[in-house]
Amino acid sequence: MLQILDRVEGLQRVNDFVVKFANVNGSGSASANALFAKSVLRMGITATPRNIFPSNIQGLPTWYEVRISGDGHMAARGGGVDLMVAMNPQTWDEDVKSIVPGGYLFYDNTKPMAPSKFRSDIVVVGVPLTRMTNEAYSDPRQRQLFKNIVGLGALACLLDMDFAAIEQLLSEQFKGREKLINANIQALHMGIEWVKANLDDPIKLKTKRADTVGDRIFIDGNTAASLGAVYGGATVCAWYPITPSSSLAEGFINYCNRFRRGPDGKNNFAIVQAEDELASIGMVIGAAWNGARAFTATSGPGISLMQEFIGLAYFAEIPAVIFDVQRSGPSTGMPTRTQQTDILSCAYASHGDTKHVLLIPEDPYECFEFGALSFDLADRLQTPIFVMLDLEIGMNDRLCKPLTWDDSRKMDRGKVMTAADLESGKRFGRYLDVDGDGITYRTYPGTHPSKGAFFTRGTSKDRMARYSEEGADYQENMERLQKKHHTARTLVPPAIIRPSAAATRMGAIYYGSTSPAMNEADLILADKGVNLNLMRLRGFPFGDEVAAFIEDHDVVFVIEQNRDGQMRSLLVNELEIDPRKLAKVVHYDGTPITARFIVEAITDRIDGDKVVPFRKVAS
Amino acid sequence: MTFIPKPKLHHPELQKNALGYTRRDYEGPVSTLCAGCGHDSISAAIVRACFELDVQPHRIAKLSGIGCSSKTPTYFLGASHGFNSVHGRMPSVLTGANLANRDLVYLGVSGDGDSASIGIGQFAHAMRRGINMTYIVENNGVYGLTKGQFSATSDKGAKSKRGVINSDDPIDLASMALQLGATYVARSFSGDKSQLVPLIMGALRHGGAAFIDCISPCVAFNNHEGSTKSFDYVREHNEAVNRMDVIMGREEITVDYDPGTVELVTQHDGSILKLRKLHTDYDVHDRVAALTYLQERSAEGEIVTGLLYVDPEPKDLHGHLRTVDTPLNELDESALIPGQSVLERLNAALR
Repeated sequence: MLQILDRVEGLQRVNDFVVKFANVNGSGSASANALFAKSVLRMGITATPRNIFPSNIQGLPTWYEVRISGDGHMAARGGGVDLMVAMNPQTWDEDVKSIVPGGYLFYDNTKPMAPSKFRSDIVVVGVPLTRMTNEAYSDPRQRQLFKNIVGLGALACLLDMDFAAIEQLLSEQFKGREKLINANIQALHMGIEWVKANLDDPIKLKTKRADTVGDRIFIDGNTAASLGAVYGGATVCAWYPITPSSSLAEGFINYCNRFRRGPDGKNNFAIVQAEDELASIGMVIGAAWNGARAFTATSGPGISLMQEFIGLAYFAEIPAVIFDVQRSGPSTGMPTRTQQTDILSCAYASHGDTKHVLLIPEDPYECFEFGALSFDLADRLQTPIFVMLDLEIGMNDRLCKPLTWDDSRKMDRGKVMTAADLESGKRFGRYLDVDGDGITYRTYPGTHPSKGAFFTRGTSKDRMARYSEEGADYQENMERLQKKHHTARTLVPPAIIRPSAAATRMGAIYYGSTSPAMNEADLILADKGVNLNLMRLRGFPFGDEVAAFIEDHDVVFVIEQNRDGQMRSLLVNELEIDPRKLAKVVHYDGTPITARFIVEAITDRIDGDKVVPFRKVAS
Repeated sequence: MTFIPKPKLHHPELQKNALGYTRRDYEGPVSTLCAGCGHDSISAAIVRACFELDVQPHRIAKLSGIGCSSKTPTYFLGASHGFNSVHGRMPSVLTGANLANRDLVYLGVSGDGDSASIGIGQFAHAMRRGINMTYIVENNGVYGLTKGQFSATSDKGAKSKRGVINSDDPIDLASMALQLGATYVARSFSGDKSQLVPLIMGALRHGGAAFIDCISPCVAFNNHEGSTKSFDYVREHNEAVNRMDVIMGREEITVDYDPGTVELVTQHDGSILKLRKLHTDYDVHDRVAALTYLQERSAEGEIVTGLLYVDPEPKDLHGHLRTVDTPLNELDESALIPGQSVLERLNAALR
């Protein structure tokens, strides 16, 4: 059975390798793949999966790459694959080519393959999965689904995984459906027993129980953000389907159905799938104007379509929460690839002098935290708040801290005058800055029979919300909005600064999904004697710590996942930094950034600057 | 343009409605539209309708898009919150507002450019969702604020003030509203207050998507010879299928009529629409026949007005979404936030 074409000394590694599953989209492989990753996690080993998929529903190739790291690294590793589970004939050649020398190829050898289809510098392990399942099952659908589980059993045996952990996961997954649990466990053991009987431990990549997972949870960012919206008290969601954000709105639907039903079965929420992104942001603005917490979830093309409305919300000062799960461009715009490409289009969205508040989570935990926080900030600042996810965080399961909630926490509804306030004679002017922080009081429609009503419109108004095209009124309002934006910088989550162990004049700025790659790169760079102070941006407008950090360094690398260095531009523009001081490190091929890339870019830059010292470049 | 408040001096003997409000309480600042503009007549009709219906002015939310028509909400219901949104997007803002608080009365005011051109998508989807609202299009067939370009409701062959003949077919918003599921559809004429006021009253008391296409001549750019939206043209070609009165539930109904010529339609909230039929074979409950009738009469060059269709037991978006009776904007932490115990359960399932 075993088809080894050449005796190759395979890689020997424990808890440190990359497994890639090459599948056919729609073949039911997704749940078996997730089961594999979760089984590794249950052994206390950090496993970080990534879905690599085309914009397609059925038939085209998809991959599921899992990095297994006993050191807890979660970034995409980059480089080749250590173990390829090649289940898709269509991508066979490409998949075999991507294996590192000394790596392993696991495949279904039911049908013999021509020797030319293999490589001589890898270890090939064939298991007759199709034959086994065809013999054991008659129903074609069962054959397909159980083939994935038999394969998982075989792999589990080859990698020394904990069978009991997998069985436990299966019984949790199909809880209450004993027949299904037993059938899956049976299929799992079919794979295990076959390997035990027929192979002599050909794969030297091993898993070994470890303790790097702790109490962390395994969740994707879109789902966590949707929970954040539930805990943030959102009652109105208006959305238009767009990859990679759709699962965020769908998560909200799911959690609302579970946790937001009143005792009479009626819904404490309203979700509308709008006709387009213009309508979805319009509904959000209408609902928030009327005192409900409302949000939409979208991606770059949606942000483009919402521009006019976003500007209106900025000038009319209406709260709105926009989750932007970033991809790359418009139309067929790499919708299933990751990028950080909407930084500028969100920070400066719309016409007129506008500046917006951005929250930038690094992982699902912060997607939840910032998701909930965004509704408080929207109400407090009476302005649109953008929560900037990307596909890498949004659509991949990731280990993160468990989600927590303080039950004594109250929603901050901001400055809202009630009927009692108005009745007591408090002066109400919709755009009157009584507190000096640029934030004015509002009333909800229908509050009081004779006081507090006002007309909402764009910029033609005075501080009492009366129609005005007077230059002085316009200018006063614009300056107050500037002041409000300045207030916002004290309310967004501050940047997190992590000083290097050794003194250094070099710094690095990063944000969002770049975190795990940066953390790993930092260790590698420190080993090479390159020390960096790190600052992770979590919000815009920038707090005072951001300018101070840049000020304290001779050169600061700004690491991001777009072509133009959008965050760098924002820093230069907002903080009036000398551009030569901010070195651009950009990764933008649609795959997640890796530690290897960062290390190489930074060391190349430093080596290059040995010829022309940095100090000169950056002075 | 500036803000001109109306003097607060009231005639001591102004008539009061059941809530003690006078008509003045439903007015707004002085209109800045052109003298004689049909839109001002519609504003006056809205004021009259709200007064007659005994609505508390502050319990109405008025929303509009952009254009001459969309400016009008500033000039009526000064005690109500208003929202001048962006061009063609009033329906989505109104939809969101309605979702946030189901207890207010929603009045959307738009124009033919705002609803039939840039906003036709949002117009259509608001109708098919069944938002509980009164949606009035002040239809003059031109873009007034930008000085007289044709709009999408301009009739084919109509002549602009500059002498250009329109070659595009017109969009009939009333037919679209019918086709898309609006549950109260009417057409009227700003020059016919006795027809318009009751139609607005009936719409405000309707529990679903109510649409009124109100022909409203533009005195500056579309009131000339050769226009099909001028005062003279509309008067000559107006073909009303019925005349309507709205009778509130509390009033005693005393009608003397010939059988077959008057129909009483009781809406869900108890208001009664008393329809005096001018075309005895016209059935206001037959959506399909109404569409056919509109097309037939339009082909003859007639402008059909009156209550075209009504479903007295409409469903609205809140009904479809099964939202709670309490307005969503009043729900607090106890109703909205599942708390730490739920998170712990979720965390446990994610390990």
